[in-house]
Amino acid sequence: MTGANVLLMMGCPEVPIQTSIALYLSHKLTKLGFDVTVAGTTAASKLLKVSDSDGYYVKKLVDLDKTIENIIEERTDFNICFAFMHNDAGMTYATTMSSISQARMYSIVFGRNAEALAETIEFDCEKIVAQDVHNPVRLKNKLDKVMEEIAR
Amino acid sequence: MSCIEQMKYRIHLERTSFKEAREYIEKNSDEVYYVSPGYKIFKDYYIIGIPPVAVGAKGNALIFTYTKPCYGSFVLSIANEDSVKEINRLRKSGKEKELASLKKGKPPESTRAPAASYQDIWKE
Repeated sequence: MTGANVLLMMGCPEVPIQTSIALYLSHKLTKLGFDVTVAGTTAASKLLKVSDSDGYYVKKLVDLDKTIENIIEERTDFNICFAFMHNDAGMTYATTMSSISQARMYSIVFGRNAEALAETIEFDCEKIVAQDVHNPVRLKNKLDKVMEEIAR
Repeated sequence: MSCIEQMKYRIHLERTSFKEAREYIEKNSDEVYYVSPGYKIFKDYYIIGIPPVAVGAKGNALIFTYTKPCYGSFVLSIANEDSVKEINRLRKSGKEKELASLKKGKPPESTRAPAASYQDIWKE
């Protein structure tokens, strides 16, 4: 799958580990040869831009709603989508993405209610679940295994 | 920002789950139509939702869900000339009470627009 287009879809940045995992995943996938785009809300994007002000880890950062519009209007699409979610709205956005896009879906579910939220996911995806808020290491380790698989 | 935020709307339910928002529309509308996620209303709003996505009509008002990542799902209604057009469009499409599989075929391959660059976003 190396060379494929990958979308990292960030939701509300209220839970701290989202930003660090998005930066980590974007950089690792880029180094593996994937064409990575990160989509976020205004707040999530600003957190990322300040953390990575020279665009070293994130090469393409786009608006989440505009990206959804572009996929619906068939102006763009992706091969793989990692959807971050820690609340019902994040899960709702990811479900929409699974309906409108051809992308293979990976749901990154985190935060205090991660396990309960993961059970509400109805669309076809691989779930990466970690009931963590501040410490990103467990989620990072799970994602390392996923990246190994998709890089084959 | 979609055009919805610049229109005169009424909030029926706020900061709730999508499923609760859907149930509210089903219970409080004269007519209920089911559309796919991403269904476009009012020129530039694409409904974010979990199938089946309910859209209601009550008189001249269109009742729909509006989901924001940080605030959850809302049920809004708008009653104006455009809502009447939207209700008529739903009636013509004949999707009322249609609960069959709403996940249509995947969109075909199409011309890809290049994503905005990181530097472009930074300029905003």
